[in-house]
Amino acid sequence: MLGEQIIKGMAVTARNFFGSYVSKDRLTTVQYPEEHLAQKENTRQFPFLVYDGEDWEKGLRCVACQICEKECPPKCIYIVKSRDKKPDYKGQPQIYPLTFDIDISVCMSCQICVEVCPFESIKMDTKFELSTADRFGGLLLTKDQLAKPNSYYQQMHPHDAAESDAVIAAEKAKAEAKAKAAAEAKVKADAEAKAKAAAAAATAPLAAPAPTTPPPAPK
Amino acid sequence: MSPFFIITGIVTLLGAAFAMSLRNLVHCALAMAVAFSGIAALYLQLDAQFVGFAEILVYVGAIAILIVFAILLTRSGEAPEKSVLTSGWMAGIAVSAMVFTMLGWAVLNSSAIPKETPPAPVATVKNVGDALMTKFVLPLEIIGLVLTAAMIGAVIIALKEESKNENPGRKS
Amino acid sequence: MFDKLDQIFVTALHWLVSFLPEGLRPFVSALICIAFVMSVFPGVFALTTVLERKILGRIQNRYGPNRVGIPFTKIRLCGFGQFIPDGIKSLTKEDIVPRAADKVVHFLAPVVMLIPVLLSYSVLPFGKNMTITDYDAGLLFFFAVGGAVEVSVFMAGWSSRNKYSLLGAMRAIAQMVSYEIPLILSAVTVVMVVGSLNLSEIVQHQNNYTFGIAHWHVFTPWGLVGFVLFFIASLAESNRTPFDLPEAESEIIAGYFTEYSGFKFALFFLGEYLGMFAIIGLGITLFLGGWTSPVSFLTWIPSYVWFLSKLMAIVFVFIWIRGTLPRLRMDQLMNFAWKFMLPLALINILVAGIWHYMAADWQRWLVCSAIIFGAYAILGRGLMQNQNFGKRIYRYAE
Repeated sequence: MLGEQIIKGMAVTARNFFGSYVSKDRLTTVQYPEEHLAQKENTRQFPFLVYDGEDWEKGLRCVACQICEKECPPKCIYIVKSRDKKPDYKGQPQIYPLTFDIDISVCMSCQICVEVCPFESIKMDTKFELSTADRFGGLLLTKDQLAKPNSYYQQMHPHDAAESDAVIAAEKAKAEAKAKAAAEAKVKADAEAKAKAAAAAATAPLAAPAPTTPPPAPK
Repeated sequence: MSPFFIITGIVTLLGAAFAMSLRNLVHCALAMAVAFSGIAALYLQLDAQFVGFAEILVYVGAIAILIVFAILLTRSGEAPEKSVLTSGWMAGIAVSAMVFTMLGWAVLNSSAIPKETPPAPVATVKNVGDALMTKFVLPLEIIGLVLTAAMIGAVIIALKEESKNENPGRKS
Repeated sequence: MFDKLDQIFVTALHWLVSFLPEGLRPFVSALICIAFVMSVFPGVFALTTVLERKILGRIQNRYGPNRVGIPFTKIRLCGFGQFIPDGIKSLTKEDIVPRAADKVVHFLAPVVMLIPVLLSYSVLPFGKNMTITDYDAGLLFFFAVGGAVEVSVFMAGWSSRNKYSLLGAMRAIAQMVSYEIPLILSAVTVVMVVGSLNLSEIVQHQNNYTFGIAHWHVFTPWGLVGFVLFFIASLAESNRTPFDLPEAESEIIAGYFTEYSGFKFALFFLGEYLGMFAIIGLGITLFLGGWTSPVSFLTWIPSYVWFLSKLMAIVFVFIWIRGTLPRLRMDQLMNFAWKFMLPLALINILVAGIWHYMAADWQRWLVCSAIIFGAYAILGRGLMQNQNFGKRIYRYAE
């Protein structure tokens, strides 16, 4: 009624004004090109391909299964499979993508490709300063532009990278266990076969000498 | 007849002439505002500061605005198709010239105008104020009363229109 | 020494003019004064546009413009060079005149706005002996040319042949005319106490010191209320928030200067800000002691420095208010002018009269303060009575 609310309002703005020179939370703006605001961990922009180790061609996790290409809603991924195979992280030969293109002018960052990938090989990147002056090819990212090391993934998304690494480690452990079991089984099978052959050889001279083909060599 | 007087006089007369003869009514009102400022400049040349400034304040600042409001609220202000001069305009000019000469001769030869111009009175604001409060206090109060009556009349007219337009079913 | 510094502009003017023969002296002196006003005040205008954006920015938790210092270099100067690109932008934009617009009136409207505003600078005392034309009726001259601005607002709104411009112009004129009355009435109190319309004399009346504090009019009860009324009315006269309904961007695009672009818009903008400075200058002259210093031990600072710093302080308060208050609606604005400010201004005149005729001791302070603050409380309460903020009622279409 007497105008004291106006004075109170002016006190609030004065506190903002003088406080903006003193404290950071009264001046929350950052000088954009030079400073950046910290991005949250869940930030996602466009996909990238993860590779393990130092060499991006040898360590690329993608096996060109084309699930992400089929599931992508705007169909922005283009994959061409290779003819030959290279070993993957489990040691098994897998095909690899000769061409892996993502058109980021079409990509809508829905993350479906990440959700369906069984090999933990495509993940979401956080870079958004991707504008380019080349309107015809500048927004088509190729395999070499998309491949980024696992260390980068761990830096950008620590939690997700930890989960992904755990999954991969579990797979590897399972594969190794399977291989070990297979090796042990093979050793046992060899020993059994040897014992059987010895037993067969022991009883063979008692019967009529029949032309027997020698047992096939164990593979 | 200093050059300032001639220039100011020409501006005033032109403004008044255009205020009569322009086609667009708003242009006429603006030309009249120019004529008012010309008159104020004439007052200032006679060293009558108070009257000159009051002329600008009242005439240009209020009366010209009043006239343009009146034009705007009563007509859309489009230009008339016909010419502003009627068909017998030459006869009209002749008659008005004759009337002007007659009146001019009558005024100049009357006994109300002294033969030699008296010295200009001292007209500082203080003198004007003193005169208004002592010699001319009755006209001042009467003018105040008339203005109050005008304002009350305006408020009453505005109030009546409001009560006519109000819906019976609406909460006021 | 400080006296010489104080009078440096006056002595410079006399020295420059003394080179010429007698006949030419008034003309050249006038020309030099015009050059002074035309260089200083548009410079203050340029500074104010940048300051306004920066201060508003800081109030709103952000930086204002802070990149442009000296153009074409990397020197930032905290962004104070922003007015240079702004000016170049305004001057090089295309000057669009609507096809149906009234060309002559459209062209003349910014000119008619700028001329009275610049004329009004000629009576303000910028410093000691630094009034360009010291009329006896200087205050009346100021209000007279202030009134001529309304004609230009109408011309701008009418000539655009745009119904929204016309509506904005009508609102602006109604607002300016309504707020001129409390403006003039609060100035009348000063004239009553001082006894003269001459602005230099009004300043001299405030040039006495008791206990080291100056006799500014704002330190008296009637002067305080008069200054507050003058301040609010000058906010309304310059179309500043909270009274910027005629020109707010969210309301009516730009009101009466919607159809103006380029240089004409820059002229309107310049005219509005210069009008703001002129009316603040008048308020400083009438109430805040003009070029005098508030305390007697600081009188060595030159008088024009005091005037300029008071001007910038009040401009800062204008900007501060702009960042704080929401806009008033047209009917709220008119209610405020006619039902609150006008009665308060009239009561203030009564109080100033009582002040002038009572003896100069503590009783007159008590009586005058009691009357004026009592009137303020009663008027404030009276205005709020018609608004019973009950439970909110919704009416739906049937």
